[in-house]
Amino acid sequence: MKKRAVSAVLAAVLSMSMMAGCSDATATGSTGDGVTAGSTDSGAAGSTDNGAAAGSADNGAAAGEGGALTGTLNLGMIGPLTGGAAIYGNAVKNGVQIAVDEINAISPDFQIAYNPQDDEHDAEKSVNAYNNLKDWNVQVIAGTVTTNPCIAVSAEAYADRVFMLTPSASSPDVVAGKDNVFQLCFSDPNQGSASAQYISDNAMATKVAIIYNNSDAYSTGIYQTFNTKAAELGLEVVSTTTFTDDTANDFSVQLADAKDKGADLVFLPIYYQPASLILQQAKGMGYEPTFFGVDGMDGILTMDGFDASLAEGVILLTPFSADATDELTKSFVSKYNTNYGETPNQFAADGYDCPYAIYRALQYYANANGGLDVTGKSAEEICTILIGVFTDPGFSSDGVTGSGMVWTANGEVNKAPKAMVIQNGVYVGL
Amino acid sequence: MLANLINGISLGSVYAIIALGYTMVYGIAKMLNFAHGDVIMVGGYVAFCSITYLGWPPVLAVLASVVVCTMLGILIEGLAYKPLRNATSLAVLITAIGVSYFLQNAALLIWTSNTKVFPNIFANLPSLKLGGTQVAPVTLITVFANIVIMIVLTLFTTKTKMGKAMRAVSEDKGAATLMGINVNRTISVTFAIGSGLAAIAGVLLCTAYPTLMPTTGAMPGIKAFTAAVFGGIGSIPGAMLGGILLGVIEIFGKAYISTQLSDAIVFAVLIIVLLVKPTGLLGHKVNEKV
Repeated sequence: MKKRAVSAVLAAVLSMSMMAGCSDATATGSTGDGVTAGSTDSGAAGSTDNGAAAGSADNGAAAGEGGALTGTLNLGMIGPLTGGAAIYGNAVKNGVQIAVDEINAISPDFQIAYNPQDDEHDAEKSVNAYNNLKDWNVQVIAGTVTTNPCIAVSAEAYADRVFMLTPSASSPDVVAGKDNVFQLCFSDPNQGSASAQYISDNAMATKVAIIYNNSDAYSTGIYQTFNTKAAELGLEVVSTTTFTDDTANDFSVQLADAKDKGADLVFLPIYYQPASLILQQAKGMGYEPTFFGVDGMDGILTMDGFDASLAEGVILLTPFSADATDELTKSFVSKYNTNYGETPNQFAADGYDCPYAIYRALQYYANANGGLDVTGKSAEEICTILIGVFTDPGFSSDGVTGSGMVWTANGEVNKAPKAMVIQNGVYVGL
Repeated sequence: MLANLINGISLGSVYAIIALGYTMVYGIAKMLNFAHGDVIMVGGYVAFCSITYLGWPPVLAVLASVVVCTMLGILIEGLAYKPLRNATSLAVLITAIGVSYFLQNAALLIWTSNTKVFPNIFANLPSLKLGGTQVAPVTLITVFANIVIMIVLTLFTTKTKMGKAMRAVSEDKGAATLMGINVNRTISVTFAIGSGLAAIAGVLLCTAYPTLMPTTGAMPGIKAFTAAVFGGIGSIPGAMLGGILLGVIEIFGKAYISTQLSDAIVFAVLIIVLLVKPTGLLGHKVNEKV
């Protein structure tokens, strides 16, 4: 009897661990075959607050007025709402939410129903999240937030003809060969070459070291263009070292190499978590160069328990500054502060600009074609309209991450970057 | 050169302390506890919560972590491994992988996967200067802890009654039972000790590399398992030697050959060692008597 009870418990433990492993296992096997089961633990977090947004759907007011934009647009968002990159995903989710609320307040005739989905920064889970959105009849996607998942999802969206505007996935692979995918952030080549340009223009360093993650497309992409541009500008790169996701604990060799070769600036085209270890270990060995990061560094100050003094003096290139004084930024920052109790980072700002770009593009089309009712339009029809407008040289959108953003035919954005330095635990514009 | 050696020992001492737990359980229960790395992660989280949320002093946090992990080890052993005592070793291995997944996903639910930054509990201690290179206090303490644990474990298994019982069980379960040794209890105690060591390893790992996620224990766990095999699995001094060597090889590989190939170099060395000496550096060949 006792033995039977024990084996029952054992069976329960086993099957639980099976289920726990399942989200990984299913996802690996089923890239793209419409299975939604994989999202057992990720979907829950994503769907917490979409009820409110979806609730305001039925406003179908008089359509067909000359030039008016009407109907309800189903806007999906995919990003890491939990997991190691959750800071990015939640910032984008909140930024998009603020913009959606503002757009919905403009006119009852045009409304956006908003549905954010979690992908835990995992390509397979991201495709599952995308399939969830398709079941929800998504018309446009603001996402996905991180690069590797975005490459996976954009391939699906390209085949299905769903328009995607990614707030922050910056690899050129995201848009390459896919006419339906556009970026709101700089592409990696732009970030890398803009960083080299900035360092050179401001004579910030004579000798530069680079530490990048060679198991990550984002990091490698920025590194390559930085290196090319640095050579062009005559910046001396004295040390180039790498790490992988599996060896992202110990950076003593990489830092010692940079130190021994006299680098006075270390370029870190990596995410903030390994960056935090690099800062800590550099301090431990008494090495104090200027650390220069890109948008992946954004978020380092919000890590639970992070000693902000480690990041003192770190410079990062990002198109958004929360302490800019223009009306648009001030209003966005104060709304974000009120709603979410923190200062928005660059990802939140990128997220905020996405719905506006889509809204303005639809408006642009409506004005030129005597009105547009989006209700009931298929994702493919919306996609064709938006591709037409985004590649129209007459169309541009303003936002908190830059004014007069225009897009090239291959989906990359043009706008001016801005450098920030971390002082006393906050970003200060340079 | 000296700096790389010190960095290698610093990384290797963390592998070594994890490898001690692996080798201890393998040496006695003859099973590979792949969940060991995840018990380390739980130990790290318990210490993190005690210090950051409850404001406990580090010593108390380490104790809390040891107590929780020891209990967790006994629980895992009792629920998952004990019923499989007479099953094939493959079944036990698969169960261990299941437990590992279970712990990672439970941690994901409890602590979410947002990265936590582990506080530096040795911040007040000065670092040692050695030939122009700074040696972090956590490195000294980890090496010291390794030596203490190694000596205590060796004494425990050779001098105490329970330790002798463990060695008897590891040699022949059936004969040990005939000699009046409670095999189940002995193996449970082994797990308790192994998991308690995991808690200490968790605190030291997280202090040395202070980011904490549900997958924190996974990769160091695999490296430490490699270290245990390298040194001769089952051998307590072997685990320590294997761990330190693994760390040193990894750092030297990065420094003098390529940062891109560091893991490949480590495993290449492991393969060569195992080809030349299949039992590992300090492993003994046990002749099965029929």
